[in-house]
Amino acid sequence: MSDHATTIEPSFLVDTGTRKGLVAWLTTTDHKRIGLLYLYAMTCFFLVGMGIGFVMRLVQLTSFQELVSAQTYNAMFTVHGVIMIFLFVIPGLPAVFGNFFLPILIGAKDVSFPRLNLTSWYFYMAGAILAVLSLFTGGGAPDTGWTFYAPFSLRTGTNVSLAVFAAFVLGFSSMLTGINFITTVVRLRAPGMTWFRMPLFCWAVFATAWIQILATPIVAITLVLVILERAFGIGVFDPAKGGDPVLYQHLFWIYSHPAVYIMILPAMGAISEILPTFAKRTIFGYKAIAFSSLAIAGVGSLVWAHHMFTSGMSPLAQLLFSLLTMVVAVPSAIKVFNWVSTLYKGSIDFQPPLLFALTFIFLFCIGGLTGVMQGALAINIAVHDTYFIVGHFHYVMFGGTGFAFFAALLYWFPKMFGRMYSKNAIYASWFPLFVGFNLLYFTMLILGLEGMPRRYYVHLPQYHTLHVVATVGSWFLVAGVLMFIGTLVRAAVKGSRAEANPWGGVTLEWTIASPPPVENFAEIPTVTTGPYHFPQEAR
Amino acid sequence: MTELMHRDDQGAKLGMWLFLVTEMVLFGGLFVAYSYMRYRYPAEFHHGGQELNVTLGVVNTVVLLTSSLTVVLSIVAIQRADRRTTMALLYATVGLGLTFLVIKGFEWAAKFQHGLYPSSAHLATLPAGEQVFFGLYFTMTGLHGLHVLVGICVLSALARMVARGSIRQDHYVHLENGGLYWHLVDVIWIFLLPLFYLAA
Repeated sequence: MSDHATTIEPSFLVDTGTRKGLVAWLTTTDHKRIGLLYLYAMTCFFLVGMGIGFVMRLVQLTSFQELVSAQTYNAMFTVHGVIMIFLFVIPGLPAVFGNFFLPILIGAKDVSFPRLNLTSWYFYMAGAILAVLSLFTGGGAPDTGWTFYAPFSLRTGTNVSLAVFAAFVLGFSSMLTGINFITTVVRLRAPGMTWFRMPLFCWAVFATAWIQILATPIVAITLVLVILERAFGIGVFDPAKGGDPVLYQHLFWIYSHPAVYIMILPAMGAISEILPTFAKRTIFGYKAIAFSSLAIAGVGSLVWAHHMFTSGMSPLAQLLFSLLTMVVAVPSAIKVFNWVSTLYKGSIDFQPPLLFALTFIFLFCIGGLTGVMQGALAINIAVHDTYFIVGHFHYVMFGGTGFAFFAALLYWFPKMFGRMYSKNAIYASWFPLFVGFNLLYFTMLILGLEGMPRRYYVHLPQYHTLHVVATVGSWFLVAGVLMFIGTLVRAAVKGSRAEANPWGGVTLEWTIASPPPVENFAEIPTVTTGPYHFPQEAR
Repeated sequence: MTELMHRDDQGAKLGMWLFLVTEMVLFGGLFVAYSYMRYRYPAEFHHGGQELNVTLGVVNTVVLLTSSLTVVLSIVAIQRADRRTTMALLYATVGLGLTFLVIKGFEWAAKFQHGLYPSSAHLATLPAGEQVFFGLYFTMTGLHGLHVLVGICVLSALARMVARGSIRQDHYVHLENGGLYWHLVDVIWIFLLPLFYLAA
C-alpha cells in the first residue's frame, strides 16, 4: 500500500475545469462533490427539522402555547417528520457517504452514471424546495402527520397535494441513486475486488439500493393516488365512493417500512467500517454481516402491516406479521454480536469515531429491543400511537442512523476535507448529545408506557413532570448538535492538515491522498486481500 | 468531468433494466389496488367493463404491438448501418404511438360524454364499486398514456440522435434502452386490456 499523499495531483476540492466556484460545484459530475452537495443541503434541513422539534418540546412545557396554536402544532409535527425522514434520514448515509465512498471503496473512479447522479441531486433539491413551498402556499402547512393517512389527507384544506408531490420527487431521486449504486457495484469493482472482498459498507449500500428501487415506486404511486384523489376524486381511498382508507395504509407501509431499513442499513455498514479500523483487526463474521444486510432487506420488506395492527386485520395476518417482525431482529442481532466480537481482543485505539460508533450500538440496541416489544401483538395494541412509539422511533432513527451518521462523518471527515477536527471539542459535544438524547427519548418511552398519546397538543397533569424532563433533555441535545456541527465547520475551514491515513485504516480510501484527487486513483488498484486485512494482526 | 466517463454498454443496459423494475413496481402498486377492489366489487367491475369499447381496446393493442415490432426492426437496421431505415422505423413507431393516444383520446371523450368520469354527477348515482372501477380505469390508462407520451418523446429524441450520427452501428445502446422502455409500455398495456376491457 503505497502512500500517494505527496503526489502533485490536485484534490477534488480544487477547480480544475473551465468552470470555477459555485458554477463548477453545481454542474459537477464528480461523485465526491455530489456527496458534499448532499451533505451541505442535509445539514441545513437537519437544523430546520431540529429547530421545529425544539419548539414542539417547548410547547409541551405549556407556557409557550400562546405562541403556537394547536393547528400550528399539527403542522409542526408533520413538517418535522417530512423534513427529517424524507430529507435527512432516508437519503442521509447513502447520498452523502455512499456517493463519496462507494466508488473509492471498490476502487472505481466514479459511479456508473455520473450525470444521472447529479440529476438525482437536483431532484432532491427540487423535492426539498417543493416541501418548503408547501408550508407557505395553498391552504397552509399540511397537518396530517408525515404518514398522510387517508381519508383525512383527502379532506384537509391544507396543502397536502404539494407536500405529497414533494415526497414523490424525493422518491424519484432515491430510486435513481439506487439504480446508480447497484450498477456501480456490479460493473465497476476494481480487478481482484470480488464480491466477498468488498468492504461491508458497500454491501450495506448495495442492499439498501435494492430496497430503494423495489419499495420506493410503491409509495410513489400511492402518493400520486392521493393527489389524484384530492384533485379529481377517483375514489380509491375515499370510503364515500367505495374506496378503502386501509388500502392506503397498506400501500404506504409497503414502502415506508422497508424505508426504515433504507435508513438503518447504510448506518450499519458505516459501523462495520469503523470498528475494524479502531480495533486493528479484521471484522468478525464478514459473510454473516454481509448476508444479514440482504436478509434485513428481504425480510424487512414483509413486515409492513405491523404498523396497522389496530387498523383492522385478520388474526392470521396479525400473527404472521408479528412473527416476521420478530424475525427481523435476528439479522440485526447477528450484526450487533459480530461487532462486539470484532472488538474482543482487538488493540483498541480509542478515537472519536469509535466513541460514536459504540454509542450507536448502545442506542440502537434500545431502539431495536423496543421494536421487538412492539412486534408482540398485545404490547403493540397497548402502546399504539403513544409516546412509546415516538421514543422507539427516535432511538432507531436518531440514536441509530443519526449517531452512525455522526460516527461516519467523524471517521471520514479527514479524508473528505483533508483537515482534522479538534478531538477534545468532539468529546465535549458527545456528553450533551448522549445525556440529552437519553433524557429526551427514554423519558418518551416511559411517558408512552404510562399512556401519553402521541401528536397531542396538550397533556394531562400527571404527565407534566416527565414532559419537563424530556424538554430539558432536548436543550442538551440541541446544544450538543450545535457544538458538534460547529466543531466540524470550524475544522473544515481551518483545521490542521490531515494525513492520508490518520486512523491506520486498510480499506482503499486510506491509500489515496486526503482530500482525494479528482480521479481518485492515479492507477486502478488491484485487490489481493479481504477488506480488513491488518498486516500487524496476529492470526 | 466527462472525461472520466467511459463506455460501458452492459452497465447502461443493467441500469435500464433496473429502471424498468421500478416502473413495474410502480404499476404493481396499482395492480394491487385493482386486485383488492375487484375482489371487493366483482359484480360492479363486471358491469363497469361492459361500458368499455372492446373493439377500440383491441385495435389499440394491435397498434402498440406493431409499434414494438417496428422498434425492434429499427435496432436490426442500425446494426446493419442502415441509418435511413432506422429513422423511418423510429418515426413509424412514433406514429403508431400517436395513433394509440388518439384512439385512447376518443375513448376517454366518449366516457366523458356519458358522464362516466370521477366525481361526475352521473357516476355518483352508480354503485360504489363502479365509481372505483372508473377511478382506477382513468388512473391506470392515464398513467399508461403518460408513459406512451414519454416514450414518444424518447423515441423522437433517439431518431434525432440517429440523424446526428451519435447512434451508430458500433454504438447503439441508447436505442436499445429506448426500445426496452417502449416494450415495457407495451407489456403494461397487455395487462391493462384484460383487466379492464375483457373483465366483463
